[in-house]
Amino acid sequence: MNRIEARFQELRRQGRKAFIPYIAAGDPTLERTAEIVVALEEAGADVVELGIPFSDPLADGAVNQEAALRALRHGTSLRDVLGMVQTLRKRSQVPIVLFTYFNPVHSYGLDRFGPDCRAAGVDGVLCVDLPPEEAGDYKASLDALDIATIFLLAPTSTDKRIETVSRHCTGFVYYVSRTGVTGEQARVGVDVRAMVAKIKQHTDKPVAVGFGISKPEHAAEIARYADGVIVGSAIVRMIGELGDSPETASKVAEFAKSLADAAKHA
Amino acid sequence: MTESVNSSAMPNPSYPYPDAKGRYGPYGGKYVPETLMYALEELEDAFRASLRDRTFLETLDRYRRDYIGRPTPLYFAQRMTGRLGGAKIYFKREDLAHTGAHKINNALGQVLLAQRMGKTRIIAETGAGQHGVATATAAALLGLECEIYMGEEDIERQKLNVFRMRLLGSKVNPVASGSKTLKDAINEALRDWVTNVRNTHYVLGTVHGPHPFPLICREFQRIIGQETRQQILEAEGRLPNVLLACVGGGSNAIGLFFEFLREPGIRMIGVEAGGLGVDTGRHAARFAGGKLGTLQGAMSYVLQDDNGQILGTHSVSAGLDYASVGPEHAFLRSEGRVEYVSATDDEALAAFKLTSELEGIIPALESAHALAYAQKLIPKLPGDQIAVINMSGRGDKDVQQAARYLLPGEKLL
Repeated sequence: MNRIEARFQELRRQGRKAFIPYIAAGDPTLERTAEIVVALEEAGADVVELGIPFSDPLADGAVNQEAALRALRHGTSLRDVLGMVQTLRKRSQVPIVLFTYFNPVHSYGLDRFGPDCRAAGVDGVLCVDLPPEEAGDYKASLDALDIATIFLLAPTSTDKRIETVSRHCTGFVYYVSRTGVTGEQARVGVDVRAMVAKIKQHTDKPVAVGFGISKPEHAAEIARYADGVIVGSAIVRMIGELGDSPETASKVAEFAKSLADAAKHA
Repeated sequence: MTESVNSSAMPNPSYPYPDAKGRYGPYGGKYVPETLMYALEELEDAFRASLRDRTFLETLDRYRRDYIGRPTPLYFAQRMTGRLGGAKIYFKREDLAHTGAHKINNALGQVLLAQRMGKTRIIAETGAGQHGVATATAAALLGLECEIYMGEEDIERQKLNVFRMRLLGSKVNPVASGSKTLKDAINEALRDWVTNVRNTHYVLGTVHGPHPFPLICREFQRIIGQETRQQILEAEGRLPNVLLACVGGGSNAIGLFFEFLREPGIRMIGVEAGGLGVDTGRHAARFAGGKLGTLQGAMSYVLQDDNGQILGTHSVSAGLDYASVGPEHAFLRSEGRVEYVSATDDEALAAFKLTSELEGIIPALESAHALAYAQKLIPKLPGDQIAVINMSGRGDKDVQQAARYLLPGEKLL
């Protein structure tokens, strides 16, 4: 069984919720990224999302745009990230999801992308600009290798789309908690709870909520009704501020632990 | 008997593109975040409904005639014809449309559509500023709030148009990310749209982006070719042999070509920006230097590196300075129906100067690319042939930029 599914099953048995941090691969360097992943796992991360840097991240706010730019400045590519994951697998078995735009995947070649993900030990992929309607070959190639295909649902998704999108998801369903790009916000939107409930009427798959969740109190609130809490920009901003320092991983882990504890003990 | 609707947005058995998935063969589609998927469906439904709405079509016709000034003339360029010594040259004078370019055809259509959809806020991207000015104009006309995204480098190149947009009551938001040009302005407009999708319509300015934008833009621009057909038949009693247009995203080219796609004898040529030369890597010739990929919603040819990162582009013309090209152009190229070539900065500037001197028409630097290729092609064509060049815009906006190249170091006054 896929590591992501196994982890969600285990959490469900324990009556706990998943904490899913997102970091930009290659920011500040891929070596640090590997260190941070290990530290995040120790801090309580159930799944780690690795952002593949892209030159034109149209779904991202300023914090993630800048992190991608920093990673691209020293040439971080999808191939490099796969290499890093492969090495990391000697130290960590935390489920890993690649969070990417479609063009780097298309350029890599769908015929090689799935097998190389599998060989590296990647457990799932989310292409932010690839709705299920465009994902036929992509999904077939990943399904055949038992790599989870995660798709997004949004506040604007109709019942019909909730049905279609959640049917195409494996691993978990990613609910984007607001209309907008990635980034921190002051509070969780009022309609998130109702939308998660609606999605759960259409699917038994775990539903994780992301976009705009940046504080332990947000994580605790989301964990009351969703199966997983995704935190990205707040962690990415912190990594950006700490830079390439030996302390980066431990400081990030400290913050991540506060989020993980809030999500798990909700 | 059912009433027939004169629109190719309805299924057409001989040219069924875009298909139900918004594709032109393998090109096109909707490569966008989920948040926009419903908005795109809603937009397509509203667009198709508007084409069946007599009031909407009459309003559009009235504005085209009384406000844009359509039909624009088809002008016989006698001196240029004499100079080049080949086919007879006509200019389709989109430069005479209100606001100075063909962009108003699409902008006004889309803002009318947005108003019909009950949207209260309009956003748009702009490169050279022509689409921004056209959208700001249409928003002023219809009393809608409007914000335009424009790259900082383009703001520097096109200051006059920035002031025009502000004068028209629009807010101009400078974009400092990436290469600070058109591509980055589109990213920022899409980020705004994702955030404000419920009350906002994004007026995308070309035949690119996710379906249904390439379709909508084509349908609002095809009036160019429809008028050309009628006008050339009146002037010459027959159809032209060659059509020429510049291609950035490709809206003026589709606008001219679409009406003639089913005329097998007519040769069509799209001219991309060759920048400093295709072999220098400093250009925007997507067909010569690009690969298949997805950028900003569509599968098409994209200038990108081996890792799928989008490359910077260069052109003297801000309106052609874009890393991808409309998916329908990619399709028409793969079908062999339209040829695509490129003209360099220097060739375009020479054509800019020549057209000004010979015809008293200062062309937009974008249109000058089509004129530049015409200078190579026309002398080789027999004198009994007819060529129509789309004069997609006027060059007033470009005179400062052109002066820097044509009169280096010289004081203008």
